[in-house]
Amino acid sequence: MTGTTTMIETVGLGRDFRVRDGVRRRTVTAVENLDLRIEAGEAVGYIGANGAGKSTTIKMLTGILVPTRGEVRTCGLRPVPDRRRLVRHVGVVFGQRSQLWWDLPVGESFRILAAIHGLTRDRERARTDELVERMEMADFLATPVRQLSLGQRMRAEVAAALLHSPRLVILDEPTIGLDVLSKQRLREFLIAERREHGTTLLLTTHDMGDVERLCDRILLIDRGQLAFDGTLAALARTVGAERTLTVDLAAPTPDLVGLPDVQHRSSEAGGLRQVLAFDAETTTAARVLAAVAERAEVVDLSIGEPDVEDVVRRVYAARR
Amino acid sequence: MSAPDVLRYPRARPYWRIAVAGFRRQATYRLAALGGLTANATFGFLKVAVLFAAVDAAGGELRGYDTALISAYIWVSQGLLGSVNLMGRSDAADRIKDGSIAVEFLRPVDVHLSAVCAEIGQAVFTLLPRGVPSVLIGVFVVGMAVPDSPWPYLLGSISVLLGIAVSAATAYLVAVVGFWLVDTRGVQVLYMVVSGFLAGLYVPIVLFPPWLLAVAEATPFPSMLMYPTDVLTGRVDGVDALVHVGAQMWWLAVVLTLGQILTRAGRRTLEVQGG
Repeated sequence: MTGTTTMIETVGLGRDFRVRDGVRRRTVTAVENLDLRIEAGEAVGYIGANGAGKSTTIKMLTGILVPTRGEVRTCGLRPVPDRRRLVRHVGVVFGQRSQLWWDLPVGESFRILAAIHGLTRDRERARTDELVERMEMADFLATPVRQLSLGQRMRAEVAAALLHSPRLVILDEPTIGLDVLSKQRLREFLIAERREHGTTLLLTTHDMGDVERLCDRILLIDRGQLAFDGTLAALARTVGAERTLTVDLAAPTPDLVGLPDVQHRSSEAGGLRQVLAFDAETTTAARVLAAVAERAEVVDLSIGEPDVEDVVRRVYAARR
Repeated sequence: MSAPDVLRYPRARPYWRIAVAGFRRQATYRLAALGGLTANATFGFLKVAVLFAAVDAAGGELRGYDTALISAYIWVSQGLLGSVNLMGRSDAADRIKDGSIAVEFLRPVDVHLSAVCAEIGQAVFTLLPRGVPSVLIGVFVVGMAVPDSPWPYLLGSISVLLGIAVSAATAYLVAVVGFWLVDTRGVQVLYMVVSGFLAGLYVPIVLFPPWLLAVAEATPFPSMLMYPTDVLTGRVDGVDALVHVGAQMWWLAVVLTLGQILTRAGRRTLEVQGG
């Protein structure tokens, strides 16, 4: 491969679908006029509501779907005509679709994929060992895929997609349905993979943890169009995404209104539990807590971070 | 998909490995194989009753078939039925329908050839639990003609493989219709009705009236079941057997080429369903 530094580039990329609406057929635009540029080594979170066009974009970037219009280059190649050359450099994980052989042991899927990618025996062994160790898969290598837990299967899926050491890794909702520990393990693996191999990451997710820990850049898509491109902090600033402080109080308390830079959101059990919202830009959790403590005795608390849904909702609302 | 896929000789290892995966996959379905064998054997005995009576009624010989040879036809063709795809159903059809075909496009292989190879691998395994026992029933329970020279076995093995390949590549053509139609069941049922008949599943095609025989020979169906059965049982030998195998090769080339063309055309219309 040449020393391309641009991993993904699209100009005016668009895709329509023909859908049946009763007897009539109509055209739905899934992606419209999308201009993206992602450089080698970046880690990009691609977010948006369901149906915003995330998966369609990914399918066009990887040569699965033929674009209706516009230009697209992935690793400097044209995804559809150069598909077979391109996929040697790209690894894709679809959280909801398996690329493993359902009835066969996990290790067998790895061996088949190694043959498909034409890895040498040495490379196959070294890479498989690395992945098995990193993602703690030794215990279930001999287990048929259909008997794996979701957490185990996702680890195997990611390993399968990364077996050929792709330069670009695209993950479509990789942590969907995973428990906290499994998510954590997967994220740590992706961070290490990126650090050691300089892998470029593009992931779609509804999970704020994924975005916070894995991505240094966010692309937000709305109705097929790019609505935001920048860092998470910048995004939170733009939309004024709020953190929340939930306090459990010692005694029923009237609604905690009128605290500086704080909005009262809700009260439960006659004011025993109250939810307060604040903007991370203007105040801190500690200051809010201190202000609450002046009015009531706090027994317990928890802090809620802005979630992707919330940020997305706010951006969408601002654009409508 | 790049244009000269079919001309650029594909590296064989991935396709071999995909076929082996299909073989091993099939090995995990033991109960299904037993069920299939039971069904094949039941229909085999039914065919024995009907076709033996037909041969007797014809005075002990019907267009070259005596009882021993018609028995060989019955048990070999019933045995191949598990491996030769006359149903027109395939994994590829399911994968196109549910969108998991998308995953195949992420591998540096020809999507069409890898689907056909996986199907062939499964079919070859199925010869063990369904093909072999069927022939054993024929030989030891009912009695059937067996060739006494090695040639029919050797050429017959090649012919069986070609029959499996032709049927897998033709079933893929049914699957690929799914690029245009969401539901291919109608096409598949029509295929099943026509294929069994023209492949010689119900009666050997030489028993057809001449016009119908001509129709059958103008399709790939006899290459799937009738020709391998003819070659393996020694009903045809020498040059005739080679002509059968040649016809199979011709049809394999035809249906593979069609598969390439349709896959490429279908790429544009492929709308991966869901997620």
